[in-house]
Amino acid sequence: MRKLAPALLAFPLAACGGRQSMLGADGLDGGLFANLFTIFLVVTAVFYVLVIVGLIWALARRREGAEPAVRTALFVWIGLISVTLVGLTFASWFADRTMNRAPAKAPLTVELTAHQWWWDVRYSHADPANSLRTSNELHLPAGVPVRVILKSSDVIHSFWIPNISGKQDLIPGRVNDIFIRPTRIGLYRGQCAEFCGLQHAHMAFDVTVESRADFEKWWARSLQPALAPSTPLQKAGYEYVTSRECSTCHSILGTPAGGQVAPDLTHFASRRSIGAGTYPMSTGHLYAWIADPQGAKPGNKMPVIGLEPKDLHAVVAYVGSLK
Amino acid sequence: MTALEPQIARDGPDLTGAELHARLTRTWSRERGFWGWLSSIDHKEIGRRYIVTAFVFLSLGGALALIMRAQLARPESGLISADRYNQIFTMHGTTMMFLFAVPVMEAMAIYILPLMLGTRNIAFPRLNAFSYWMYLFGGLLLWVSFVLNVGPDAGWFSYTPLSGPEYSPGKRVDIWAQMVTFTEIAALCVAVELVATILKQRAPGMTLARMPLFAWSILVVALMIIFSMPAIAMASGFLLSDRLVGTHFYNPAEGGDPLLWQHMFWFFGHPEVYIIFLPAAGFISELTQAFSGRRAFGYTAIVLSMTATGLLAFGLWVHHMFATGLPRLGYAFYTAASMTVSIPTGVQIFCWIATIWLGRPRFQVPMLWVIGFLVTFVIGGLTGVMLASVPLDLQLHDTFFVVAHFHYVLIGGAVFPLLGAITYWFPKATGRLMSETWGKVSFALTFIGFHVTFLPMHLTGMLGMPRRVYTYPAGMGWDTLNMVSSIGAFVLALGTVIFVINAVFSLRNGLASNANPWNAPGLEWATSSPPPTYNFAHVPIVSSHTPMWDEGANMPVMSGLRVDARETLLTSAIDAIPSVREPSPIPSIWPLIAGIATAICFIWSMFTPWALVIGAVPAAAALIVWFWPKDNVVHAEPEVD
Repeated sequence: MRKLAPALLAFPLAACGGRQSMLGADGLDGGLFANLFTIFLVVTAVFYVLVIVGLIWALARRREGAEPAVRTALFVWIGLISVTLVGLTFASWFADRTMNRAPAKAPLTVELTAHQWWWDVRYSHADPANSLRTSNELHLPAGVPVRVILKSSDVIHSFWIPNISGKQDLIPGRVNDIFIRPTRIGLYRGQCAEFCGLQHAHMAFDVTVESRADFEKWWARSLQPALAPSTPLQKAGYEYVTSRECSTCHSILGTPAGGQVAPDLTHFASRRSIGAGTYPMSTGHLYAWIADPQGAKPGNKMPVIGLEPKDLHAVVAYVGSLK
Repeated sequence: MTALEPQIARDGPDLTGAELHARLTRTWSRERGFWGWLSSIDHKEIGRRYIVTAFVFLSLGGALALIMRAQLARPESGLISADRYNQIFTMHGTTMMFLFAVPVMEAMAIYILPLMLGTRNIAFPRLNAFSYWMYLFGGLLLWVSFVLNVGPDAGWFSYTPLSGPEYSPGKRVDIWAQMVTFTEIAALCVAVELVATILKQRAPGMTLARMPLFAWSILVVALMIIFSMPAIAMASGFLLSDRLVGTHFYNPAEGGDPLLWQHMFWFFGHPEVYIIFLPAAGFISELTQAFSGRRAFGYTAIVLSMTATGLLAFGLWVHHMFATGLPRLGYAFYTAASMTVSIPTGVQIFCWIATIWLGRPRFQVPMLWVIGFLVTFVIGGLTGVMLASVPLDLQLHDTFFVVAHFHYVLIGGAVFPLLGAITYWFPKATGRLMSETWGKVSFALTFIGFHVTFLPMHLTGMLGMPRRVYTYPAGMGWDTLNMVSSIGAFVLALGTVIFVINAVFSLRNGLASNANPWNAPGLEWATSSPPPTYNFAHVPIVSSHTPMWDEGANMPVMSGLRVDARETLLTSAIDAIPSVREPSPIPSIWPLIAGIATAICFIWSMFTPWALVIGAVPAAAALIVWFWPKDNVVHAEPEVD
């Protein structure tokens, strides 16, 4: 069945089932979803065909018929629907139990706090010195169950990586959690799935599922403070970022910038996107974002500062160096 | 009768034909002119107003849908801003649910039910007029605000805390919540009238077991409105109070809970879907019967199914909340309850098809809509079964798959039957038939446009596109699908525009219709087209499910209602045995004045809570005049020429 499911689902679309698709089956839940969906699809398709065939027959017949026979058929029909529904309910129930079974141990816990309109990500470790903070990205080791703790600082958001698992809401005043079990190494994309205000459309995050070794390498590197500026331009940028408006909100580990209300920038340039999935990461887009954060994502909390061209070059050079 | 009270003129053997018509017309007609128009309490006139207004809102909501589809046709489109888009999708949902779908179904019932049941006017006709004004003012409030750029922007579901005072400052959400107040008052008024009309004003002999299926659907729906609207009234009342008075019902920081909103909203919101669907199912039952030329198969099964749907509708609201982190075992209950709905729905579908199978279908335009309904709605029902499953819903929830699902249910399941029903009853209301040719053209375009728009959306959703986004990045695999949906939307719009033009054009130029142009079985076809103001010269007596087929022109009638004053016949609730001659009110301007006073009170209250105190005074005064006891003196009837 595991093999069959993607085959049946392969309309023209398995090919285009991309980095944000339910058909990817790139996590344990994703695989269960594909199986369950296939069952439902086949069963409901059979019922649809039955109805349409019945309708065409009824329309084409055009003569009186015997009511008693039809009455018997009605009872058969009710029985058929009922039995099928019981079957589907149980199929759904067992899939749900499997998905929901807490793993014996989840070695990794990630705490996700949603803000309008970005994701604050904290990897916690028994040793606080090994805990780390990042934003708008998740790195996950393949094959390891991860417990994601979900909180919101403002309105209701929803955590969703279609390739890996279903949704779970982040609700202010509550703490939710979800176990996700990525199985396949790859680059994916998650997106907020509950309408959360003006820029709901631009509240995505990048997901990197990698081998355990790569993941540990990433963790170790992420614990490092930010790289020191090397060129004169980067140094000018460093001066600006750490002494002017930027550091009020953003933090960069190892520098005086310690603001906590905006995304952490320590290893900003190693991410794949800017502004919670608004732009892909590139120098050009970095210019666009820093020069006018309200351009592509109007309404977000990052103000337009109106940098002088020389400051803009410097800030982009520095921020772009934060690998 | 005349022997007992010789001074009172009543319809009967010695008073029939043209003279009876002239005298009844005098009694039941209203003043001419604008003032008379404002004072009207005739269910046909109010029903027409309601239907026309609802279609105006449908066009407005549809225009918004086209703007959204234009924006989403291409990725990263800059056609409209995020703020405008959020207002537009909120307005689209709000308009379609609160100002079109529910009111138009009630409006159809207001117009056609008294005719189907053989009575002279709806119960509580002044309340009916009041309900229309409340509906109109609520709709105007919303749309005037939108034009002034203070349209609500927190979604038609207005989830807290996004819709709360902290994250939606300004008046936008207040306007949304107060518009809900207007429409819920209108809906509750109509629900009460319809229940009373159905239970007490049926023609003698029309027992509950012989009542038209449409009347059954409306009885169930009206009771559902009475039980579900208080939930949204309380929810929106709490929201307004949080926003305007500073309470904390939904504020987690002060011990409130944002999920309280979702529970109360969906306790109303889910039944709402069946409040829209069941009248449509009633239309389908009437249409299949009329165009198959035989009594509906499985009358009892259909009635039980509709009742079961009405009850189940209250037990499955949590399937809108599967991602909120409520206890998992509890979810299983709502999965099972949601799936159970397919049993009564499946029974109805079987019965409709069986009716066609047993009869000889005629392929006129209303029947085409029935076929379009079956082909389309069943898909929506089956995707509904998928969404009932927790693991599937956790993926599909809040994606375009759900958008596809509920448009299949609401357009395929409610708008298609509605357009069929309008084509069917158009000659009754206007005396003219709609063009058959243009009817077919509009059906074809609407049907094709619909599927081109919404079928691809299932895939768009599965490929990961969430709902309610004003734009999306290129290269996600959504571009082509969205473009196809947008093209389909314009075809769909063209189809409905042709439908409306056909209706307007046919008002003057359609083929003249006799009393029963379709050879249909219902009582509404016993009276002339269009019906006289008093509906029936004599109250008909019913002895079967399909009176026009079984008795037709020889239908027995009952006489004895007053001719000089407005009277309706009340019958017993179950067996429809005549019991009382009930006076029916005369036209009055006071429902309008009470409506204006209430509207001022509500709108003002968005600015200060004192408005409720001060504004209640004129509203109460208007109600006092409206309800002032009338003397029961019999006035001399004016001479008839």
